[in-house]
Amino acid sequence: MKANNISRLTRIRTRSAWAFLAPMLVVLLVVAGWPLGRTIYFSFTDASLDLISDARWVGVRNYLEYVDFGDGEGRYYGLLADARWWRSVGNTIWFSLVSVSIETVLGLIVALVLNQQFRGRGLVRAAVLIPWAIPTIVSAKMWAWMLHDQFGILNDMLMRVGLISDPVAWTASPDTAMIAVMIVDIWKTTPFMALLILAGLQMVPGDLYEAAKLDGVSATRVFRKITLPLIMPAMLVAVVFRSLDALRIFDIVYVLTPNTDATRTMSVFARENLFDFDKFAYGSAASTLMFLVIALITIVFILASRMDLEGKNS
Amino acid sequence: MKLVNKIITGVAGMAMLASGALAEDLTIVHGSVGRDQEVLRRQLDTFEAETGNTVTIVSMPESTSDQFGQYRLWLAAQSSDIDVYRMDVIWAPQMASHFIDLNPLVADIIGDFVPAAVESQTVDGKLVALPLFLGAPALYYRADLLEKYGESVPTTWQEMTDTAQLIMDGEHAAGNTGMYGFVFQGAAYEGLTCNAQEWINSSGGGRIVELDGSIEINNPNAAAALTLAASWVGGISPEGVLNYKEEDARGVFQSGNSVFMRNWNYAYALAAGEDSPVRDLFAVTTLPSGGEGTSSAATLGGWNLGVSRYSEHQEAAVELVRFLTNYENQKERAIVTSRPPTLTAVYDDVEVAEQQAFIPLWKPVVDNALPRPSAATLRSYNEVSSAFWTAVHNTMSGQGTAEENLAQLEQELTRLRGARW
Amino acid sequence: MKLDILKRLGFYALVTIIVLQALFPFYYAILTSLEDGQALFEINYLPEALNFINYQSMLSGGVFGKQILNSVFVASVVVIISLTLAVTAAYALSRIRFRGRGLLLLTILSVSMFPQIAVLAGLFEVIRWLGLFNSLWALVFSYMIFTLPFTVWVLTTFMRNLPIEIEEAAIMDGASSLTIIRRVFLPLMWPAMVTTGLLAFIHAWNEFLFALTFLSTDGQRTVPVAIAMISGRSEFEIPWGNIMAASVIVTLPLVALVLIFQRKIVSGLTAGAVKG
Repeated sequence: MKANNISRLTRIRTRSAWAFLAPMLVVLLVVAGWPLGRTIYFSFTDASLDLISDARWVGVRNYLEYVDFGDGEGRYYGLLADARWWRSVGNTIWFSLVSVSIETVLGLIVALVLNQQFRGRGLVRAAVLIPWAIPTIVSAKMWAWMLHDQFGILNDMLMRVGLISDPVAWTASPDTAMIAVMIVDIWKTTPFMALLILAGLQMVPGDLYEAAKLDGVSATRVFRKITLPLIMPAMLVAVVFRSLDALRIFDIVYVLTPNTDATRTMSVFARENLFDFDKFAYGSAASTLMFLVIALITIVFILASRMDLEGKNS
Repeated sequence: MKLVNKIITGVAGMAMLASGALAEDLTIVHGSVGRDQEVLRRQLDTFEAETGNTVTIVSMPESTSDQFGQYRLWLAAQSSDIDVYRMDVIWAPQMASHFIDLNPLVADIIGDFVPAAVESQTVDGKLVALPLFLGAPALYYRADLLEKYGESVPTTWQEMTDTAQLIMDGEHAAGNTGMYGFVFQGAAYEGLTCNAQEWINSSGGGRIVELDGSIEINNPNAAAALTLAASWVGGISPEGVLNYKEEDARGVFQSGNSVFMRNWNYAYALAAGEDSPVRDLFAVTTLPSGGEGTSSAATLGGWNLGVSRYSEHQEAAVELVRFLTNYENQKERAIVTSRPPTLTAVYDDVEVAEQQAFIPLWKPVVDNALPRPSAATLRSYNEVSSAFWTAVHNTMSGQGTAEENLAQLEQELTRLRGARW
Repeated sequence: MKLDILKRLGFYALVTIIVLQALFPFYYAILTSLEDGQALFEINYLPEALNFINYQSMLSGGVFGKQILNSVFVASVVVIISLTLAVTAAYALSRIRFRGRGLLLLTILSVSMFPQIAVLAGLFEVIRWLGLFNSLWALVFSYMIFTLPFTVWVLTTFMRNLPIEIEEAAIMDGASSLTIIRRVFLPLMWPAMVTTGLLAFIHAWNEFLFALTFLSTDGQRTVPVAIAMISGRSEFEIPWGNIMAASVIVTLPLVALVLIFQRKIVSGLTAGAVKG
């Protein structure tokens, strides 16, 4: 009787689960289904933005095609054989790896600080969030100005302190342009990390700390054994969303750096082809491939970090 | 009875047409802001009063790549929301199919326009847009410094390089360590295509893609011009020039920190402005050339008005385009916003010369203006330009020699062209 | 004792560094917004003159106030709708066992794996079909594409971390799922809700590409696009003064928002409401 009851309950709950999910899924499908489906479809056509309705199916030609020159020689064309594309994939992954790692560490530190009791904490919280709050188009231009080799305040400061003797052309030289992008991105998005981790910290039951304190456990041990495991889920989610954004970075790179091979990211590559060049189909293929690259990275990350998607532990 | 009615309606209709009282709502997307926008609104008000039509301006951000993307979306959707588009000089061949042919509609006035400007808007014999105003570069130089060091105004790139180096060294020795010799637009974007095309063309290196579509960029003259330009970076030009656009160059020159600058006409009014430290110290001249047997080249810039094929008010829209490009309105733009006109006659207007001394100076620049290879490369232009500026930027940032990069560029352009552009 | 003082000093030094790095560029922006013309090209650390002309010219323009209201409307509605949809979805994804939860979460996430620019053309078509072009609802609609995956994921994670015991009693009492969400979870979820809401709000507030493409008249524009439209006296001139003034004006409401809601971030579980 009791077992029967429980299974009935489970059935009802499962049904209600889908009822709860339905509105969200419907909205997401309406807003994202068509555009994403179109992008994938166009990547197998010869569509151009001018003649979008005349698109003809061309198979995988945008991805890979072997052109026989007729004299026994031939060459591979298409995205998979495009060195510029792979360079931009490399740039993007390198950028994301470095900046998300640093953002996570800094975000954790900031979150731990903001979690303490001190006077003016509310104001400090608001202040910390400002970099994330300034519109990206503005902060990118603002940093371009601050990093300017001639009128930039950063060079001026470093020269006053004596760290450098001549102005550094931060955004111009291929060696430092990527570093400049990373600096700006870290500055801008550390608050995002910090706030999400802080929310995680706030959800840690306070009495856990008190128990540990009473037991005389050292602070670092408390952090390692209690805090970190408890905030890990929140931190992993923050890292996933930061990585998704970092892997799709566009504005900062576009505004801040000369648009060269050294800093071109996947999104910049896709945009060039979709809108600037007359290669909508090729750009769609780049977007689709970009989706696959990001999906692969995400899945690898989720598996490696043993993120608990199925909720087995709860 | 019925017939009478018909006649009355017919007559009334004709009368309305004749008086222009058949009011239509037009929409123009102009992509301009600030004072350009004010002048435009004022001129549109006059147009409204004269014709009874109303005109709405759809505003766009200053960024031309944002505008380009947005317009392509609208046009691809065959949207009738916009009647008149303002287009950059290089867009006409890329968007030609979406615009009506203006040739038969402006045949009576087209002879008054600057020929190079009209040519740039003509694609396969079709006049895609009517030139509204021009943009053209010049060499800005510090007259006071040239005098101080007893140098004359350079006419070749090599002379300019030497003069710049000499003055820069002199100023550095005198303790003015922030001084540079030459600033230009060196970031990897359309502006670099303009700059580099001038160096190469004025040195006898051709025009990237010739008018007949042949690719002639891989030649010794072009390589020599690029090699010289590469020597500027970190020498007479700051290393940061590799990420300079118009405003960065102006900032350096206007703050008194450069002997020479290549920039568009807009910089003249600002550098001569009240708060400019170089207000009375600078002058402009035509850009240098490669030396004997070559002549200076100045890239043609500017904006043009086209009428959308999907417009439901094409006749009124053409009228609007004709109105905005007429003598009076061009003259007003020349005086108020210092836009070089597209009507030859406005350059000789006494009032314009009085108010904007530089406009007559720009006449020879405009007459010899060099269009970018947009007409020959059609819809591939942006990609051609991108390949070109990449090759130039790579050369200047020390990634490969000019010869290597140009050879690679030639290959890439050949592949882009395929059977034909 | 001495160690304690050192610790405190170190702590406050850290707070100072964190605040300084976050604020200095903003301070510099304000400084720049008070300058004009040639003064922009000179480097100062302190304001030379207090010149509020840039603020005046921003606020007296007429439409800027309306544009701020547009942004407030869009961002608020987006946050309200996506939190409502996400909270119920998160409940299902975190508290109810059914097959394929992980796959479903991944599918939702995959929407965030395409570059924004790639969905632009398709979304433009959808919005024209729906007749939403040049309406603020076009933005509310299109912003769901990035706020929904984010809010669903974060709320799911946080809800999953709540101990099972808290709802057991309610289930046994025969409370409906909606009641459980409202009565049991919402009070505990405040920190997560406020944080996600805030982050989504800022994301929507700052969005540029969709706002540019789906709206066409000045009265409908939102703040980031309005800022991009500010221009100088001539073609290439960048009016730093005006841009920075506008940025300062639009950032202040967000600061106020954080100050109001940050109390909520600290409530929730720390109050010790739940014994684990």
